[in-house]
Formats: sequence, C-alpha cells, structure tokens
Amino acid sequence: MAIWVDNDTRVVVQGITGSHGQFHARACKAYGTQVIAGVTPGKGGSDLDGIPIFDTVAGAVAKTGANASMVFVPAAFAADAILEAIDSKVSLIVCITEGIPVADMIRVRRAMENGSGTRVRLIGPNCPGIITPGECKIGIIPGQICARGSVGIVSRSGTLTYEAIDQLTRLGLGQTTCVGIGGDPVAGTDFIDCLKAFQADQETKAIVMIGEIGGTAEEEAAAYIKAYVTKPVVVYIAGVTAPPGKRMGHAGAIIAGGASGGMGTAKEKMSALRAAGARVTESPAEIGVTIKTIL
Amino acid sequence: MKVHEYQAKELLKKYGVPVPNGKIAASVDEATTIARELLKPTGTADSVVIKAQIHAGGRGKGGGIRLAKSVEEAMAAAQAVLGMQLVTPQTGPVGRKVKKVLVEEGTAIAKEHYLAITLDRARGRLAVISSAEGGMEIEEVAKRSHEKIVRTWIDPAVGLQSYQARGLGFGLGLPVTAVNAFVKCLRGLHKAYMEADCSLLEINPLVLTKGGSLIALDAKVTFDDSGLFRHPEIEAWRDLDEEDPVEMEAKEVGLNYVSLQGTIGCMVNGAGLAMATMDIIKLCGGEPANFLDVGGGATTEQVTSAFKIILRDPKVRAILINIFGGIMKCDVIADGIIAAAKELQMRVPVVVRLQGTNAEEGRRRLAGSGLPLIPVDGFAQAAQRVVDVAKGNG
Repeated sequence: MAIWVDNDTRVVVQGITGSHGQFHARACKAYGTQVIAGVTPGKGGSDLDGIPIFDTVAGAVAKTGANASMVFVPAAFAADAILEAIDSKVSLIVCITEGIPVADMIRVRRAMENGSGTRVRLIGPNCPGIITPGECKIGIIPGQICARGSVGIVSRSGTLTYEAIDQLTRLGLGQTTCVGIGGDPVAGTDFIDCLKAFQADQETKAIVMIGEIGGTAEEEAAAYIKAYVTKPVVVYIAGVTAPPGKRMGHAGAIIAGGASGGMGTAKEKMSALRAAGARVTESPAEIGVTIKTIL
Repeated sequence: MKVHEYQAKELLKKYGVPVPNGKIAASVDEATTIARELLKPTGTADSVVIKAQIHAGGRGKGGGIRLAKSVEEAMAAAQAVLGMQLVTPQTGPVGRKVKKVLVEEGTAIAKEHYLAITLDRARGRLAVISSAEGGMEIEEVAKRSHEKIVRTWIDPAVGLQSYQARGLGFGLGLPVTAVNAFVKCLRGLHKAYMEADCSLLEINPLVLTKGGSLIALDAKVTFDDSGLFRHPEIEAWRDLDEEDPVEMEAKEVGLNYVSLQGTIGCMVNGAGLAMATMDIIKLCGGEPANFLDVGGGATTEQVTSAFKIILRDPKVRAILINIFGGIMKCDVIADGIIAAAKELQMRVPVVVRLQGTNAEEGRRRLAGSGLPLIPVDGFAQAAQRVVDVAKGNG
C-alpha cells in the first residue's frame, strides 16, 4: 500500500541536465526509483547514464509511459514546467524548486483545479519530495535514513522531516510514505490531502504531522482530524520562538496578522490541534518517542 | 520586501489610482520648497501634510505626521520630523531615524475606508478586503466589528470583474457618483498587484473627499521576494537603512539569518530544523540569539560565513551547530566546521550535533580536532549542553 508512489511509479525528470537535476535523477535511480526519462528543451535525443532525454514532457510521456514528473527547473521557469507536466497528463508532479513567484503558483493552482480532464497531484514546490521506503523516492530525501513500516509522515519542512524520519527509524519504527509538502504559501498538496490518504491507507497505523508558523493550514488540518481521522496523529509545530513579522527561511513561514486574517503563531496551531485530539509534542526531539508510546 | 509610502504611491499613481499631489524631501530646504509649490498662492492647497517615511505603521501616534497651513509651519514641521528618532507601536522602543519626509497636499476628508488586496493562502487566490471603517488598523476593525469587513476573491483565470468591484463599492456605502471611480481604482490596484508581483497592497484610508472624489491617503505595499528577480526597478527601491545590516550581509552570502535577543548562536541546515533548534533551546531554559539556515549543503565557505555572522553579535555566549547530513555527509561537514573554527579562533564554546549520514565519523573528527568543539549525540542533549555552557556551567 503506502500512498501516491510505489514500484509502479515511472518518473520523468524535468531539468535533468542541470546540476541538481542530474545529481538527484541519479540518486533516485540508485535508490530504485524507475527514472525512465528526462526533459531539457533543446537536448532531446541525448541521454543521462542511459536515461533518454526529450525536448518536451509530452514527447517523454508518449515514448516512455511516464506517469510522474520530478521538477528541478529554475524558479523563473518552474511554473511553466509544472503547467507543461499537467498538460501531458502525468498523475503526479513533484516540484523541488525553491523561490517560485507566488503569482505564478496562483496560476498553477488554478490550472490544477481544471486538471485538464484528469486528476493530477502536485507536491511542492519548495519541498524535499516524497518517498515510499524500499519502493520509490521522488526528490531529495536521503533514502538511507528511511525504513519501511507503518508510520506516515507529512511535513512543511525538509531537514526537520529527515530528523523525524531518523528518530523513527532508530526506534525501529519504519514509514509507509513520507511527504514534504513544502514551505511556500501556495502549494499543490496540503496537510488535509495527506491526512486523507494516510487515513485511507491500510498499511499506515499512525501519522506524524510537522507544521510551522505562518498561514492557517494547521488549523484547517485540525478541523479535518477532528472530523475524519481515527488514526493517532503526533504533531510538532516549529517556530514557538520565532518573532512576528519576520520570514523564517521558508517563504510561507511568517507570523503575519494584518489583512489576511489569522496570525499563524505556533501556539494557536498547537492549541487547535490539541483540541482536535492530536498528540502535540513541544520538543522536536520527542517526535519518535511519542509515536513509540502510541504504537 | 517592504517599501516606503512614497514609493507605494508612485506605484499606485502609475496604475491610475489617485493619490495626493506631493514629493519626497530629504532636507528641510527641499521640504519647504515643495510646500511652497503646493500651497496657495503658488499652488492650490490650503494645507500640506509632512509625513515621516519609515517602514512602520502608527507614525501619526509618534508625531511623525504633521499638518501645516503655511510655508513657515511646513518648515517647522520638517525641522521637527527630519532626523527625529520616531517611535511607533510597530518600531519597538528604540524607534527609527527619519531620513525622508513626504510633503503632500492636505485632503478634505468626508469619509475614510479600507481597501486591500492580498493572498488568501487557504484558497490560493487573491482576496480583496474592504471595510467602511478606514483609518485604523484592520486588525482592530476585525476584532470590534467583523461584519464590517467585506471580502471577495479573484479567479486568476478570468481576473477581477467589474461587478465584483461595484459590489464592494456599493457595500462600502459610497455615493453612486463615486462607485465608478472606485471600480477604476480597484482595477488599477489589481493590475499593479499582478504586474509588480506584490504580496500586499493596502490603502488605509481610501478617502472620499468633501468634493466627492476618491483618493488614496496612505498606502502600504510589500513585494513578493521571489518575484523581485523580474523587477529590477522595484529592487532598486530597497532602503538599506531600513534593513538589518547583518541580515543583508547574510543574504548576500546565501544564508538566511534573523537576529533575536538571546545568548545562544544557532547554525542549522534547513529552515524548519533551524526553528525547531531555537524552540528546543528555549525548552531547555536558554534563549536563541538568532535564526540561521546555512542551506542544505553546509559547505566550508558557508559555515565560515555563518560563524562570522553569529560571532558579530556580542550577546552570543555559546553556539549550537545542528546539522542533519542527508546528501552532504557529516564527515565532510565536520571538516568544514573544523576548518572554519581554526580560521576564526572561536571566542565562545561550540556545541556540535551532527546527525545522519556518516555522523559517527564526523563526531570523531570534531572530538580529535583540539578545538573548543563539543560533539553531542542527541538533539535534546545538545540543546541542554549549549544552554549549560552559555551559562558557564559547561
């Protein structure tokens, strides 16, 4: 089981000839992911270690039957790359690129609503990607710290996700799937999408959710947990010590207030999640042990 | 990126949103000359307003906005405001030094409204927010009378429609004769927002004058940092006096740094883990001196730059390095830390926690370096240790 990616996922890498694209295309392939095509406009006909490169995503899909895309295209061109992937009917797009203008992502999200007739999922942007240990990794999560098991992880962060995975693996608790949904204010996949999928996945017995300051996605997730999630959810929210009005690295990690509504403080989020029945740990060092006490 | 009111108004004017006549001045002489041009008999204004230009709201409360009815009064106002250390509810107790003032025509106010466009993160769409109660902080309006705030959302596929703008205009209770001007104003705002990659466009107040026209009396604009690469003309508006110099320096070398009030310097890879590290220091009884994300790679160059920036803060009593080695291996990171520490001659103890790929080898190299680097295994243990050494109980 697990969610969204498995042994049948066939990946095309957009931006495969850039330095990050090359490095991670190789790393994903080495992990065991079916990396079957690459796209770099103008380099069609060449290859990377035998992975055929195409000029267009449509061309790659037609020739190889790819059903997922991993995007390493630079920020200025990334939205166009995602839209191209949507148009070529892959069912999953994972965008690692950081720094895409919000205006571009608003258009992308609108395009996803139509989905050009098909259901497409975008994970990211500005995220570490997704991994189902032992089957498929799309993105930059270090595969060697993961182990297969029964905990689903969803997180807005990168290295903090690795920290959580590592804590679990060291305690002998493996993962079904780990999803980094990214730190941008407008993203393709949110906590609720992941909670819904983990709740439906029979292999997943417990869920780790890692949020951070900014926006109201955690509060919305709390409402969803209360109404629909029966599996135990362990939560950590980063940024209790973050000052208001300062962007903490991620574009979306800012305690804002003002015209947009909610303040987005860690305290507000933690109390909403506690009220929804989630187990909130104040210490990021205790994510693993908290799961251990539950399972 | 934040900009000044006068720059925000320049943007609005470009998109056909009416703003008061006025100019920016950096000296009392300039301010006086502008006031003379605007005031009768040279100009048409009965009064001018001298407005301090700093990146913080609540300027009026701190005495940064003054009305003048003659050139002499304008000169006195400019003398008082220029160079003052302006303290407002948003500046903190130290305040900000006023280096420029905006000199504008006075406006005969009949009614004040609020109008803004910003991102609704939950919907992934732009929201237009309006209120018949302008001139005060929108948070206050939201608390006191939430029903007075009217919102509408813009479908990015079709854009803002006139009926939406009309609906808001009528909702504000504008006279019929002003609704068309409101529609034009809001369409201009939306166009400005999209074309300039804004993240907030706020007019507070949007004034209905006694003459029945609409004018943006104050304006606040922030730009999406990720969109700045396609707007060099806006990037040029950046006022370095308003930015933390250390934060700017960090940015130039590719580090994300935010200074805080505590005594424990932090160096972490990844923004989420960096926040988590600050939080756990607090849980252990310490206070973080900064947020610092060295990026996923944590190369020797970046570690060296990060050390330099952290050590510039005289409050720092100890440093915690928390690196999760994924792609980048911990032994390589340890070599980088050792090289940087040797070069810089550390004045404070450094607790290092390396986790992930080749962590043990990394720790072994740190321990054998002969430098004041203290390798610690666990996350909580590392935080406790750095809190202890910062207090002198190492």
